[in-house]
This record gives sequence, C-alpha cells and structure tokens, in this order.
Amino acid sequence: MPAVNLGLPSAGAAIDLVDGSSVSSEQAELAELHHLEMEAIHNGSVASVHSWELVTAVDGPGTRMTLFLSGCLLRCQYCHNPDTWKMRDGLLTTLDDLVTRVKRYKGVFDATGGGLTISGGEPLMQPAFVARIFEECHKLGVHTTLDTSGFLGKSASDTLLDNLDLVLLDVKSGIPETYREVTGRELAPTVAFGDRLAEQKIPVWVRFVLVPGLTDAVENVDAVAEIVARWPNVERVEVLPFHQMGEDKWDRLNLPYPLHGVHPPDNELQERVRDQFRARGLTVF
Amino acid sequence: MTITEGVRSDKDATQAERPDFVSDPWQDSIDLRDFIQRNYTPYLGDATFLAGPTARTTGVWAKLSAMFPEERRKGVYDVDATTPSSITAHKPGYIDQPNEVIVGLQTDAPLKRAIMPFGGWRMVATSLETYGYPVSPELEKIFTDYRKTHNTAVFDVYPPGVRRARNSHLITGLPDAYGRGRIIGDYRRVALYGVDALIAGKKNDRAELDMEPSTEDIIRAREENSEQIRALKELVQMAASYGSDISKPAVTAQEAVQWLYFAYLGAVKEQNGAAMSFGRNAAFLDTYMERDIAAGVLTESGAQELIDDLVIKLRIVRFLRTPEYDEIFAGDPTWVTESLAGIGDDGRALVTKTTFRFLQTLYNIGAAPEPNLTVLWSDALPEGFKRFCAQVSIDTSAIQFESDDIIRAEMGDDAAIACCVSPMRVGKQMQFFGARVNAVKALLYSINGGKDEVSGKQVAPATAPNADEVLSYDTVFPAYLETLEWLAETYVTALNCIHYMHDKYAYERLEMALHDKEIIRTMACGIAGLSVVADSLSAIKYAKVRPVRDETGLVVDYTIEGEFPQFGNDDDRVDSIAVDVMERFMTMIRKHPTYRDAIHTQSILTITSNVVYGKATGNTPDGRRKGEPFAPGANPMNGRDTHGMLASALSVAKLPYSEAQDGISLTNTVVPSGLGHTKEEQITSLVGLIDAFTSATGYHINVNVLNKDTLEDAMLHPENYPQLTIRVSGYAVNFVRLTREQQMDVISRTFHSH
Repeated sequence: MPAVNLGLPSAGAAIDLVDGSSVSSEQAELAELHHLEMEAIHNGSVASVHSWELVTAVDGPGTRMTLFLSGCLLRCQYCHNPDTWKMRDGLLTTLDDLVTRVKRYKGVFDATGGGLTISGGEPLMQPAFVARIFEECHKLGVHTTLDTSGFLGKSASDTLLDNLDLVLLDVKSGIPETYREVTGRELAPTVAFGDRLAEQKIPVWVRFVLVPGLTDAVENVDAVAEIVARWPNVERVEVLPFHQMGEDKWDRLNLPYPLHGVHPPDNELQERVRDQFRARGLTVF
Repeated sequence: MTITEGVRSDKDATQAERPDFVSDPWQDSIDLRDFIQRNYTPYLGDATFLAGPTARTTGVWAKLSAMFPEERRKGVYDVDATTPSSITAHKPGYIDQPNEVIVGLQTDAPLKRAIMPFGGWRMVATSLETYGYPVSPELEKIFTDYRKTHNTAVFDVYPPGVRRARNSHLITGLPDAYGRGRIIGDYRRVALYGVDALIAGKKNDRAELDMEPSTEDIIRAREENSEQIRALKELVQMAASYGSDISKPAVTAQEAVQWLYFAYLGAVKEQNGAAMSFGRNAAFLDTYMERDIAAGVLTESGAQELIDDLVIKLRIVRFLRTPEYDEIFAGDPTWVTESLAGIGDDGRALVTKTTFRFLQTLYNIGAAPEPNLTVLWSDALPEGFKRFCAQVSIDTSAIQFESDDIIRAEMGDDAAIACCVSPMRVGKQMQFFGARVNAVKALLYSINGGKDEVSGKQVAPATAPNADEVLSYDTVFPAYLETLEWLAETYVTALNCIHYMHDKYAYERLEMALHDKEIIRTMACGIAGLSVVADSLSAIKYAKVRPVRDETGLVVDYTIEGEFPQFGNDDDRVDSIAVDVMERFMTMIRKHPTYRDAIHTQSILTITSNVVYGKATGNTPDGRRKGEPFAPGANPMNGRDTHGMLASALSVAKLPYSEAQDGISLTNTVVPSGLGHTKEEQITSLVGLIDAFTSATGYHINVNVLNKDTLEDAMLHPENYPQLTIRVSGYAVNFVRLTREQQMDVISRTFHSH
C-alpha cells in the first residue's frame, strides 16, 4: 500500500500502557509523534494504519474493506491484535491513498452489499480521520461501519455519526468491575455511547466475547443483555467464542499472556449465553 | 432434402404426438447453436421444482459405490489386458441392466479399464506391470515391431534441446506418451441429426477435398476424412450392440440423452486423452425434455432420472495410467467437463431446467469430482440459478466457475470448457494441448548461466552466471528474459513435434468426425509457478537478496533482508511483475511458427503438477525452500495472501485473458463461517463474491467451502469420506484418492477465515 513516511520516531519514549500507568490518553501518545504528523492525524488527513483486508460476512454486511487503525487505550486480556495497541507502530497513510483504495472496491461493495469498516485498535483514537473518510465514503455511495469499544465515544463528532451506517459495538462486560478486569478501563463511556447511538437511531450490532472464567458468569451476561435490551436500534447480538489464535502475537511482543491455557467455550456454554440474550427478544448469532 | 428429415417425419409411433422443433437454418447444415437458440426454453425460477433420485438411480449407484473401495485400494478395479480398445472392441457392458435407463460402458464391465496402445506401448506395459496384470508378448511385438506408436514417433524427431529441457523438469507433462485430449467432439450432432446425416455431410466434404490439388495438407485432410467416416460407421455398430439405431435422429428425451452418450462413449472407448470433456449439452437436452414433458410422456422425476443415469455413466469413465502420470494429474481425473449456463448473444440466459438437473445430481447421487461441472457465470444470470449454484458449491465444493462474459466475447455463446479452463467453440475448434513450462526453474537457470540449480548440468545455452553479491533487478530481469526466449523456442519445437505425430499415429477419428471440416486450432502453451516468479522478482526489486553459492560457484540458495510486496494482496507493485512476465512470455511464444498454423495461446494452470514441479526446483529468491510445492495455477503462494480471499482473487484477475486465452486458474478455500452465519447469508455472500470477481475480469475460480479439520480427519479416516470432493486446480478430486504429499499440499493452502 502506498504510504507516506513522515519519519516516525523508531523506539524509546513509548508510554507503556500495559502496566496501568496513568499517562495514557490519546494526547499523551500523540505527543510522541512529530508535530507535523500530529497535526495531520489531528485534522484527519493522515491515519496510523495497522493493515487492511477484504473480508466477507464479518465486520458488517457483504464483502468489506476493513481498515485496522493503530492505537487503543484498552488492554483486553483476550485481545487477539496486541500489535495494534500503539499508534506509533502503525504506518502513516494519507486519507487520499485510502480513499483511492475504497474507490477501487466500489464495484465489489456494490456486488456484495458491502462497504468500508474501520476497526483497530480503537478507531476513535483517530476520530477526525474516521469522520473524513466516512464523509468521502458517503459521497461515493459506500456503506460505512465503525467497529469500536465505545470507550472513546465522546470523541466521535456529530458529523462522524451523520455519515455512519452501522456500528459494531463491543460490550465487553455488563458489570463495571468485570469490565475493568477484562479491559483495564471503565464501562460507563461505552454505555453512554450506546445511548447516543440509540438516540440517533444508528443501527448497532453488539458483540460480546465469551471467555470461560472471565466473562461467562450468568450475572455478567445478564447485565450485558440488560444494557443492550434498552437500545431499540440493536439489530443483532454476536456472541464471539474466545479463541487462542492471538497468543503467538503476545509472545512475539514479549508480553505476558494472561489467558494462557484457557480453553474456548464449548457449545453448551455458548448456547446458554446466546439464550440469555434471546430471552430478551434479541436476534443472536 | 434437408439433413434432418428424420426429426420432422420419423416420429416414434409408440410415443405421443410432439410438436415439431422450430425449423431452419439448422436443418440445412450442421448448426447446433441455431437449433438450441430457436428451440430452448430459458428457466428463470429457483430450484424448488427439482426431483430426488428414483429407486433405480439409488440402486445402480449403490452397486457401483460398493466397488469403489476395492478400486481405491488396488488403484484399478480390473483391466482387460489383452484387447486393444476401439469403438467396437468390447461387447456391451452393464452395471445393472434392467435398472439402467441410459446404457453403455467403455468395456464389458463397469470399472474395467481398457488398454489403448496407439499413444505408446510403454505406458500400457508399465501400467499393467504396476497393477499386476500380465503383459501380452503378442501385443508387445505388434506395438513395438509392427505398429509404430505416437510415443516412438515423437522421440524420433525431438531435437536434443527438447530432451534436455524435458529431462531436467523444465518442461513436464507433455503429451508425448499419452493422448493429448482437450478435444470436445460435438456429441449433440449424433442426437440431433443421426449418424447417417453426419456421414453424408462428411462425404460432401470429401467431394470438395477431391477437387483440390493433392498437396500434403489436402492428402492428410482426405485421409482424416476417411478415418472420420469409418469411425462414424463403427459408432453405429457399437450402438446397435446395445440395441439402439443411432443412424437416425433421436426423437424422445431418452433417445437424445442416449444418442449423445453413445457418441461420447465412442470417444472414450478409443482415446485415452488427458481430458475427455463432454461439451455444453444441458440446454440442448432440455429441448427434448420440455417437448416430452409437454406431450405428457415424461415427468420431472423421469427427466431427472435420465440425467442422473447419464451422470453415473460419466462418473465411471476410466483410463489405465501410470503412477508417474498420476503425480502430475492426481486423483484419476478424466475431465468430463460439462459447461453449464452462460448468457446467449441475444441476452437470454442459457439456463434451463436441465441445467438445474445436472447440478441436482450432486445431491441425488452425492458429491463427486466427475463430471467436472463448470458454470459459465455472468452477473446477468437469473438470481434463482445463481443462488442454487452457490448453494451447491457450499454443500459439495464440486463445481467451478468461469467468466461467461470473457468467453462469450471471444468465442460466442456455444463454447465449452475442455479440461479445466480451456474454452473452445464446440465442433468448430480444437487445441493442441501443451502442458506447461516451469517458469521458476527458468529464472534460476538465468541466474546460474543456464545450469540446473539441482544437478549443476548445463541445460539452457551457456550465458554468464550472475556474479553479484546482491541481486539487482536490472541485471536479473534481462537475463531471465533471455532464458525465456530460448525456452519459448524449445517449447514450441516440442509441441510441434508432438502434435505432428499425434495427428499421424493417434488421430482422434470420432471426436474430429464431430467437428466441422474447417476448424480453428490453438497451440496451448502454459506456465507453472507464476506467483513464485513474481514474488522472487519482487524480493530482488524491493528487498535485498543475496545469492548463496556452493563450492562450484552454483547459486543454491538466497538470503533475504527486508520486506517485499507479495502476489495475492492486490498490490500493483508485484502484481504488475506477474502480468509483465506472462505477457512477455506470450509474445515470445508467438514468434515461433506452429504445426498446422495453430493459434498460439497459453494457460496459467498447473493441474496438480505444482507439487512435482516444486519437488524438482531448488531454493528460490522469494524464500521458498527447495522441493516445496508451487502454488497451483495462478494462485498466490500459500499463506502469503494475507488481505483476504477477494484481494487474493483480484490480484489474479489482473492477469489479462488476452495473453492467456487458454485460461487462468484460481483455487480458493474458505471456511463455511467465513461466508456468514446462516446458509442464506453464506449463499448471498458467495454469489456476491463471484459477481465481484468476474466483474473485475476474473476468469476462473474454484471454490472450496471446507474446514481444515475435515481434511485432516479425512487423511486419518479415509473410509469415512468416500465422496469428499475438493477442487484443486481447475478440476475436482476425491480427496482420499490424492497421494499423502498432495493432501498435505492442499491442507497447507490458505484457508480464508473471513
């Protein structure tokens, strides 16, 4: 993929967020970048990109270009893309180049009912870019989807929401303590973002990652279901069984993997959890 | 008198009154396309009308299924080791006579293979020895001392350069010891016109030839014409031994299917061609089905039974082959390719109920690799049909898709696929099959001054070996082009020798009798290992590649420093290299005159030879290790296409069909959940993906919808998966009939999980 090399600092002054340090905000990480790059990311003419892929039947309807942005404030124990945590690890790529690629797949999107999905990392670490590329998509008639934890929902401008067709909203736990254990962060911002999406009537697909021993408690699932059930804009709930395919990425990054040895949930557990959602009248996969 | 008088007047008295087929011009000269266009009924609905198998169908199939395990264990079920096969050599054979609605076998018993020594005696003798059958000394004497074979003749005329290229695995799989195949007789002609009318037509051709001066070309054409007429007469005899008179046109639907099958059967009794494809028959047969159904003499179940029984026969076409042959063409394939659907020049879909019925056989008698059901796909096909195709593909992984838009633009709306991806106008065009060259080895030769990287032997003309410490694209690429120029010349030389002799010693009398007098011939060249070449050149261009030399100075390995773009990720930087190499090689091929002025073409297709080619090829500059298989066909290398299945397909779609008119093959595997949560969602996704691929000028795609676990379990417990079918490279195989090495190759391929 064509990319601009704006001379990223290669190593050193990283702020390690895994240790729970308090210096951990969008601004703090951005401060590491050269001010020109910072400005470009701020105004959304450039994004820090981890990778892209053409995917089908995940990340929204049809065949989609999923753009994975770099940078996330959450440190989910089950994260299968820990290599997307740091914004400085991404490849700086211009909005123009990415729009060119979206245009290239316009025919694919039309044939399959697909579109662009921005995932990550946490795409709302780079909200100006997301707003701008979604605006470009809508000019082209391309369907837009945002895959987010909602933790930075406040960063999403009204313009961004105006050009947003679908949100894949991760509700990682329904009990604040469990949410904190799973992600290292607070649950409340996600709920607030969900409420805002409900007010705006933007369709939502809720995702819940089922990890035995971590998120599978009956009361935790019930709490998620209760939150979700109050949003009439939720079209479906996807219960995603935890898998171990991320472990080698943690190893490669020399990070201690908290879920080593945990088995994926069996069918019985998956069905129990799905039934908990179904009991509230939700469409569940 | 029109040549179709029989159709109009000779109505079977035992049947109900039928309306005449719509008349003209097809009645004045052989013109199947015209007949179909004037008489077929497009079907725009969905699959709900289809019928399940009858008890007869299930019974006949069960009887055969009980024989398959023994065949799989022994390699062959049985062989008639003493009767050289011809159209009339064997007495009639049956599976379960009272229950067969369509009859005819290659020999006198099902799964009993025949010997076909005209291609080459050694292939016959080796096969018999392999499977423990006695080699008749008398036949051996005949086919070595008295009767020259194609194989002997070709080696009489090969120049040394061809032998060197062949021995070093630079050119492999050449049809110099077996039948070339890839010729589709227009078997429909027998059903529509009856053989008498066809013979009359050939006699007219002969009268014209007799008026021409007796040049070498004309003499050959006269001899071929005589052979064709002889073959047609034998075909009538063979059908008569089964109690059918095919000298006259078929009237009923049953007769149409039966006559068509007899014509095909005659071809596979006589020719052990690598690919014995069936043509494009569904819409043709459907006209008879519709007429009988309208007349009240055929039910849906009866119509389906005819197609099921035909397909059972097509599934048990067998040839006697050697283990070396099986390495290149794994899984005992016959490529009984039937081309389905497509759009007519007038915009009407060539989709009929019988098109659906062919696909339905995969449910009625289970999944199977043969016949090689090939859907000519266009986004303009009716939605109900597209969805049924996707459903069948998801359920069985047994069908393949080719771009109807590309094929129709080139050859009109009555073309069919021979083998895997080779399109031709039915009855109007044939090809001289040419296997393929190892484009990867050629690259290594160019670095080593023409020496083989494994044996160290000088194979290509000596040039200065690359002496750089770090390989430079500007040095490597021109040297590669020089080697390719030599290879193209050597390759066309080999093919000219082969096809001259094939025409002379193993002429396809019957298949050519079912062609027009004047036909188009193509010289079908091919490339293996294109993605390895592209990645290797990309590594040299975008990363630092250092050659590692052994004590003799031969480059035997490469170290790579840095990243480089890899084919299969819709990245123009490397995809353009693949396009460049294939275009240039095609240009080089075109410089050399061909036998019978055949039109030069090439394919990007490997069958399963990607495994043997890889085995014979050393380490490559892209990091591929010595002996590791190439990717099949035009596929990106296993595991390197990391941007999703469609991105992978879009890279392949950039290879221009105009420079590979013999086809470009892509095989993709996706896990079921990678297409959606529910069956409906999966069907919608697959329809969309194929539409997206063909709209982006993609030519061919095999789709496997499978979990890796299934294949791994099938390796451990083959007995539980007798009908597990997977697409490998333009064709399908029974997974459990592949060698372990080939099974591992399939399993190591990229499974797109989303």
